[in-house]
Amino acid sequence: MTTATIEPGVEAAAPRVVRQLPRPRILSTELRKMFDTRSGFWLMVSIALTAVLATAAVIAFAPDAEQTYSTFGTAVGFPMAVLLPVVAILSVTSEWSQRSGLTTFTLVPRRGRVIAAKAVCSVAVGVVSMVLAFGIGALGNLVGPAISGADRVWDASLVDLANIVLANVLGLLVGSMLGVLIRNSAGAIVGYFVYSFVLPTLSAVLAGTQHWFRDLQPWVDFNYAQSALFNGSLTGAQWAHLGVTALVWLVIPIAVGVRLVMRSEVK
Amino acid sequence: MIEIRELTKRYGTFTALDDISFRADPGRVTGFLGPNGAGKSTAMRVLVGLTPASAGSATVLGRHFADLTNPGLEVGVLLDASAQHAGRTGREILTLAQRTMRLPAGRVDEMLERVSLTDEEASRRVRHYSLGMRQRLGIATALIGDPRVLVLDEPANGLDPAGIRWMRDLLRGYADRGGTVLLSSHLLHEIEVIADDLVVIGNGRIVAQGTKRELLQSAGTVVRPAPGHDLGAALAAAGASWSPLAEGALHVDTEPAVVGRIAFDAAVPLVELRAADGAGLEEIFLSLTAETQREGVAA
Repeated sequence: MTTATIEPGVEAAAPRVVRQLPRPRILSTELRKMFDTRSGFWLMVSIALTAVLATAAVIAFAPDAEQTYSTFGTAVGFPMAVLLPVVAILSVTSEWSQRSGLTTFTLVPRRGRVIAAKAVCSVAVGVVSMVLAFGIGALGNLVGPAISGADRVWDASLVDLANIVLANVLGLLVGSMLGVLIRNSAGAIVGYFVYSFVLPTLSAVLAGTQHWFRDLQPWVDFNYAQSALFNGSLTGAQWAHLGVTALVWLVIPIAVGVRLVMRSEVK
Repeated sequence: MIEIRELTKRYGTFTALDDISFRADPGRVTGFLGPNGAGKSTAMRVLVGLTPASAGSATVLGRHFADLTNPGLEVGVLLDASAQHAGRTGREILTLAQRTMRLPAGRVDEMLERVSLTDEEASRRVRHYSLGMRQRLGIATALIGDPRVLVLDEPANGLDPAGIRWMRDLLRGYADRGGTVLLSSHLLHEIEVIADDLVVIGNGRIVAQGTKRELLQSAGTVVRPAPGHDLGAALAAAGASWSPLAEGALHVDTEPAVVGRIAFDAAVPLVELRAADGAGLEEIFLSLTAETQREGVAA
């Protein structure tokens, strides 16, 4: 038992100058928290592993004619696009589900700053991992044709890549949105799969069977609007679809969620 | 210093805190007592801004908690030792606090040593911690910023006797150096040993507050008239309320001096006259919170 530590007089000491917590400090702490747990660590490892596996799979199984850069890019990017939003979700919901928010929000009482830092970190992680994915894809496109003897095809422009990054950033923000809205890890992850896989399927079925919905779909289906980002540059109408659906499915829910976070009780 | 003023917290129609006011002063340990569900934790959560108040205010060092620029350096808080990410190591949890508060990295090791967590324990994940180890980690998190105010909810829970002793010495030393300590507990003996001031809460209302000495004195008097003599009527005539105890003794709600005078005036010989401090805090606690006890214990 060490109690002999000498400390200065506590309250008697001259009032110290306490400076506002700087934003970079909150950001770096939140970034660290995304990776310092076992689940966070393995999530990132599994993302990296699937990226490498996907590249290997393209080399092994894709016909020579399809061993192009965009094939590699898509193969690597897809598992990331699916898994990364979970990183964003857990970053927010663990504060409630693991109850670490009790400490987090007493150390930084302005909860908006914490949530904003989490969102910024999620976006950064999304961008960095996409750059990584493009790198692995490029490596695959160098190695694959060398093995098969086919021509190397670099068939993705910078605009294409930027659009894919944007799609992933939107995906991560969807994760953050579900996190602040649901504030429970299991619930938010289920919500994410419904949001990203069940709703788009329903929408596709509806569009396939109902004429009135077919023209409406781009304006109401966020996922459908985002899919354009994976197919080269967008037309003005497609940007409009993306903007409108993002407002309804992302911006408004985030605003509601953040409001709930600010007013809710942290227990 | 902590100041709670006319604080009310309602959940729908349920009133968790009903217009409570109290202070915790520098250089003193203030014990916050109450049965389970009396509102201790709610009051502490409102104090540190985790729960919004319905009315009234709570300030620390003269400011609302949310207005503190780097709260960890001014107020050390431990509300629930189990509220930690189970997948982080103890060291990592302390490191996050150290980084958030912008403290030198060496503070983490200092604190681990201070709360007697070994290197091996610190590198274990919190999932594998006992409650006592979590309490130590929570205390370390609260102390790492060297704050002037401590707010601790049931910090002795799960500690072994040596740990409880260690905690007591730590808090005593902290208050003696001028710090403010607000400490909740239902372990009456702990509070009785360490607290200077007491705030007793029951059903969301403050039922008693003051220095420990004042409150223990207000426990009244035990008086035993000689066999065959009746003091009850004289006490009632003098306006002192009383209740019978075993073996002919009476418990009177006034000071021994007053009871002695009444007995003298009524010419009733006494075989015993003393301040009712035998049961101490426990008796006061049960009598003050009698109607709010789940078990309905009568005083």
